[in-house]
Amino acid sequence: MRRSAFVVIAAAIGATQGSGPPVRFGVGRPATDAEIAAWNISVRPDGKGLPAGSGTARQGAVVYASRCAVCHGATGREGPADRLVDPEPRVGFRFGRDPTLVRTIGNYWPYATTLYDYINRAMPLNAPGSLAPDEIYSLTAYLLWRNELIADTTRVDARSLPRVVMPARDHFVMDDRRGGAEVR
Amino acid sequence: MDSVRISRRRLVSAAAGAVGVAVLRRTGFTQVEVPPDPTKVPGHPLSELGQRSPFEQPRRVVGGGYQGASLTPLQDLYGVITPADLHYERHHAGVPSIDPHRYKLLIHGMVDRPTVFDLEALRRFPAVSRLHFLECSGNGGPAYRNLKPDVSPQLIDGLTSTSEWTGVPLARLFREVGVRPGAKWFLAEGEDAAVMARSIPMSKAWDDALIAYGQNGEPLRPEQGYPARLLVPGWEGSTNVKWIRRIEVADQPFMTREETSKYTDPLPNGTARQFSFTMDAKSIITFPAFPETLPDHGWWEIRGLAWSGRGRVTRVEVSTDAGKSWRPAELEGPVLPKCHTRFRFLWRWDGAETVLMSRATDETGYVQPTLAALRKVRGLGTAYHYNNIRAWSVRRDGRVLFGLEE
Repeated sequence: MRRSAFVVIAAAIGATQGSGPPVRFGVGRPATDAEIAAWNISVRPDGKGLPAGSGTARQGAVVYASRCAVCHGATGREGPADRLVDPEPRVGFRFGRDPTLVRTIGNYWPYATTLYDYINRAMPLNAPGSLAPDEIYSLTAYLLWRNELIADTTRVDARSLPRVVMPARDHFVMDDRRGGAEVR
Repeated sequence: MDSVRISRRRLVSAAAGAVGVAVLRRTGFTQVEVPPDPTKVPGHPLSELGQRSPFEQPRRVVGGGYQGASLTPLQDLYGVITPADLHYERHHAGVPSIDPHRYKLLIHGMVDRPTVFDLEALRRFPAVSRLHFLECSGNGGPAYRNLKPDVSPQLIDGLTSTSEWTGVPLARLFREVGVRPGAKWFLAEGEDAAVMARSIPMSKAWDDALIAYGQNGEPLRPEQGYPARLLVPGWEGSTNVKWIRRIEVADQPFMTREETSKYTDPLPNGTARQFSFTMDAKSIITFPAFPETLPDHGWWEIRGLAWSGRGRVTRVEVSTDAGKSWRPAELEGPVLPKCHTRFRFLWRWDGAETVLMSRATDETGYVQPTLAALRKVRGLGTAYHYNNIRAWSVRRDGRVLFGLEE
């Protein structure tokens, strides 16, 4: 039913265009709600896209040890993959002046929601997409706790995660190059 | 038969000079039979798929595994088109295998008609073909910090390539699905194991973004996004999402990891620049360059590439005296916007030590800055957008080493 309505509309618009190219070609088919739901995994800073479920840092410690520590180190500071944990420096945002500073979740990531989005999309590297929402919330909580941003008992879910304020947030600016001859 | 590897140039001349017997030559990878006189024996028969001359063995330099990058051998190429099998790579979780018959692109979010396009549907729309460069925003790091003399153009700037891309303008697809008022951004998401995702302003779609399915006359290579990718001309490589499967139209950016934790530029003023999409003007001399040695003084053609993500390159100047004086190089036409442009400059080397440099200007009036000028505004904490002037030191013995501009 949905499909036939789509085709009729497309045909009607095409017919009004005369000899020029149409605004719409009537190519493609309507996406089903199930198709959209299956692929729509994006999570925004306002929390849109976060699924049901929850977790705490204490729960996350278990998941971290079994799924993450092999690449990111026992406490998230060791590597060899990206170092995830270090709350320092909390002030000054000196990354542009001191290239030795390591950018971590605690000192550089501007949005807590990005943690859920990224773990869900791409981690762990050897089995992406294998973690359940409760595990991802727990890992998110664990990494926020390790970076001294929440307590280890804080329950992280779709309501609480967008409210976690990241120290780096106000330091991020949209591209402020202005074009023309200026080197900026 | 030589058992040592020798340079290609010497190999060709040795083969040409051989008389009387077939010569087996070992290139880097294969043995090649060379008759003493190719006019006296029939050549190879026809074939279904051409191959490079076995004497030519250009290769990408690979760093990393699933998450690394491979660099285009800029010094081995002519003109501006990068052969597809030498196009640079930068992947975040390897190259996915995608069945084109099962491929689909979903467009949803703030649209009137959430729609699925399969590959046939994408190809059915009126197509465009355009030449554009792609460049990883981290390209050029070896020209910005920890400078070393023994690096080739490939190792300095090999994370850029140019192809002719064929596809459908994204604006066409957006008109097809009907974008709702208030839409400002869209998320472009790939079908790789990183489900790579970047937020892109809608204005880029209305300007010149493509969903590309063709590269240099054939379907995209898997390493470049087969069967379809986003192409946002002139913008940093990671925004040109490969293997694109989903576009979500929204009123705000999504703040993915690749536009927050990564691909942002912390600056000396205590900010981090985000969504720094445009690749500013850049050029590099690809000949003479390390590891070449000039065998003699006299006339040489300095050759290189220039490009700008802002539009056309309007001028390339070359200095053969360490930056004391600059003279315009010849630009090989047609000079296309957001595309590699080949430049050439005739130079008579007197045999003395000197430094060669190139400096690009684009149609916005932007002039490729010196290393000092760029470091002054960007600092040393940045990891992207290294477009400062590159310099090559020519030694008295003809060796060419990557050198400081000052």
